[in-house]
Amino acid sequence: MIDKTNKTASNNDENIAMSDEQQTIQNITDQDYKYGFVTDIEMEEFPKGLDENIVRMISAKKNEPEFMTEWRLKAYRHWRKQKEPKWPKLEYSEVDYENLYYYAAPKKDGPKSLDEVDPELLKTFDKLGVPLEERELLAGVAVDAVIDSVSVATTFKGKLGELGIIFCPISEAIREHPELVKKYLGTVVPYTDNFYATLNSAVFSDGSFVYIPPGVRCPMELSSYFRINASKTGQFERTLIVADKGSYVSYLEGCTAPMRDENQLHAAVVELIALDDAEIKYSTVQNWYAGNKEGVGGIFNFVTKRGLCGGKNSKISWTQVETGSAITWKYPSCILKGDNSVGEFYSVALTNNYQQADTGTKMIHQGRNTRSLIISKGISAGKSNNAYRGLVKVNSKAENARNYSQCDSLLIGDQSGAHTYPYLEVENPTAQVEHEATTSKVSEDQIFYLNQRGISTEDAVGMIVSGYAREVFQQLPMEFAVEAQALMSVSLEGSVG
Amino acid sequence: MLSIKNLQVSVEGKPILKGLNLEVNPGEIHAIMGPNGSGKSTLAHVLSGREGYSVDAGSAQYKGLDLLEMAPEIRAREGMFLAFQYPIEIPGVNNTSFLKKALNEIRKHRGEEELDAIDFLSLIKKQMKLVEMKEELLKRPVNQGFSGGEKKRNEILQMAVLNPTLAILDETDSGLDIDALRIVAGGVNKLRSPNNSFVVITHYQRLLDYIVPDFVHVLSNGQIIKSGTKELALELEERGYDWLLEEAESKA
Ligand SMILES: Nc1ncnc2c1ncn2[C@@H]1O[C@H](COP(=O)(O)OP(=O)(O)OP(=O)(O)O)[C@@H](O)[C@H]1O
Ligand SMILES: [Mg+2]
Repeated sequence: MIDKTNKTASNNDENIAMSDEQQTIQNITDQDYKYGFVTDIEMEEFPKGLDENIVRMISAKKNEPEFMTEWRLKAYRHWRKQKEPKWPKLEYSEVDYENLYYYAAPKKDGPKSLDEVDPELLKTFDKLGVPLEERELLAGVAVDAVIDSVSVATTFKGKLGELGIIFCPISEAIREHPELVKKYLGTVVPYTDNFYATLNSAVFSDGSFVYIPPGVRCPMELSSYFRINASKTGQFERTLIVADKGSYVSYLEGCTAPMRDENQLHAAVVELIALDDAEIKYSTVQNWYAGNKEGVGGIFNFVTKRGLCGGKNSKISWTQVETGSAITWKYPSCILKGDNSVGEFYSVALTNNYQQADTGTKMIHQGRNTRSLIISKGISAGKSNNAYRGLVKVNSKAENARNYSQCDSLLIGDQSGAHTYPYLEVENPTAQVEHEATTSKVSEDQIFYLNQRGISTEDAVGMIVSGYAREVFQQLPMEFAVEAQALMSVSLEGSVG
Repeated sequence: MLSIKNLQVSVEGKPILKGLNLEVNPGEIHAIMGPNGSGKSTLAHVLSGREGYSVDAGSAQYKGLDLLEMAPEIRAREGMFLAFQYPIEIPGVNNTSFLKKALNEIRKHRGEEELDAIDFLSLIKKQMKLVEMKEELLKRPVNQGFSGGEKKRNEILQMAVLNPTLAILDETDSGLDIDALRIVAGGVNKLRSPNNSFVVITHYQRLLDYIVPDFVHVLSNGQIIKSGTKELALELEERGYDWLLEEAESKA
């Protein structure tokens, strides 16, 4: 790997375009979306556009208690006063919020078991290589499958129930565990937080709810598969995970989406809360439709993910592999409030063709002896743009806070861009903050070396990229890691000729 | 095995190989010597399919196949191996899994079953003894942080595992200490058979004490200006290249 630059940086914009080695590494980016198909399930739709009435209808449709309806309405009224943020390094045609549907659900009522699940849906999972029945038995993974806005399959509930673990659609939690929802919802991401989170608070459709009781170690990876299915339907997932004192949970979120020509808006919110001595590990593999090679279509992905290490010795670890979406705007963050709490962020963000990603993290040190680690690996191919944006903030009361950040960029071809925006705000002199950044490119020499050993160019690029992102893949649960590496190769197919 | 006829190659418009001829038969070892910049590595690269070279005239046949038409990975799968003058580092990619992938690509191409992890490990352990390489290097990323000598041994290990039909060694002896040189040469000698051939590029006759060539060629300014047996290497060691260059000039 060449072009290594090391810098200790506070705030810099680096735009690297590659110039040489053009003969071999040119962007022939003709990989069509492999998982592109549309499930033929009847949808029930509300009228287009958003007003108080629609918000009330969404809430009523879900039989929500009064407090929830009120919360949604407050969010809606706040949202009306907001403007879409313009600071990210993203370019896209404006979203017409009045021309979207804010609720869509499969027409039939939710099934009680797999037998009742729409066969079309099961076929969809098959095509994705996620046969639900097998998953159930295979890896001991409980699946809370979300198609469009309503959860239609939840498994393993019984086993988890014995331990007092609650794992269900958030719509169900709102009805059946309102006290827990009321206590925690919006405490990490308030409805006033930002344009997209506010919108989500008003109209969120469904998502997962997890509660792990004190001292319980969740015996299996909890997993959700998300898909966006209805044309022009915004997808507004809302996930809330609470790990009570001394508990542990690992949660996996994975997504793929069908091929569609129209831009689709996605504005999810994920809130994590870890109390004393609790640990949450949240892993994401994101592979929504990224648009075609001319940059038409693809998902607009505006996500707010934040974790609160509320208790002492608590830990939250985010791992994300982002390969899909036309636009990604996402900063999984940690508020390190409890003393000795730990926040981690491991990220691989891959962009190809005309994809744009502006992603990173915020580590907010509030408690004493808090530690955070940031490992970010950006990969840009085709004509894509990939930005890391991260904030490390050490409050005045956070004695002995420590942070280490490593932000690397890898360029493939000569027409992609990589940018780093590390922000630092240190208000306590005892803080130790370290930042390292490198930029490198997949070199012709590396590809030839692998070719000369019998390995095809496509596999070679996949290997080089997986090697580069190894530190992050190592954080993923085993079967997810394999899937994620395969996804890398698929996403990069044709990016090197 | 390998038949090169009137090969003319240029890089960015600059002619490097200017009508090169070479015949290598099965079981033979050919040494290629010659001054810096004469085109030895260029020849190795063109034969193994590296991009960036333009073949302006001539041909190269390998096992009766038109070599220059084949993708580099196909040449490799057909049994061609290049030990690089400067082996490349691949950060984060495990040396063992890289080599397993390479071997299985070649086996697949030959219609053989892929080796599983256990069979592969026993093969690699056996071949490591051949080059006396530290086992720890297998767990590290490909060539990353390897010393110069370790990189060269790693090349020979790969060769031993992939068991090529035609191996081109580009200055594998440069940067090796005396012991390592003996080990690397010993590895080559053990792999030697009536069915495979070696093209050994070197500056030093010393290597040829260990790997005894059937033929020695002198490459200068893009052409082979002299061919002989191993005695030619000794003569070069003694007299340098100047007399040959003058001889070639007066002929022209
Ligand atoms: N990409 C390139 N661009 C321009 N010139 C090149 C390029 N590659 C090789 N050359 C030139 O071609 C000539 C032959 O180079 P080559 O590496 O084949 O020499 P060599 O015989 O292997 O030398 P050495 O003994 O130093 O390894 C040199 O003059 C070199 O500068
Ligand atoms: Mg050379």
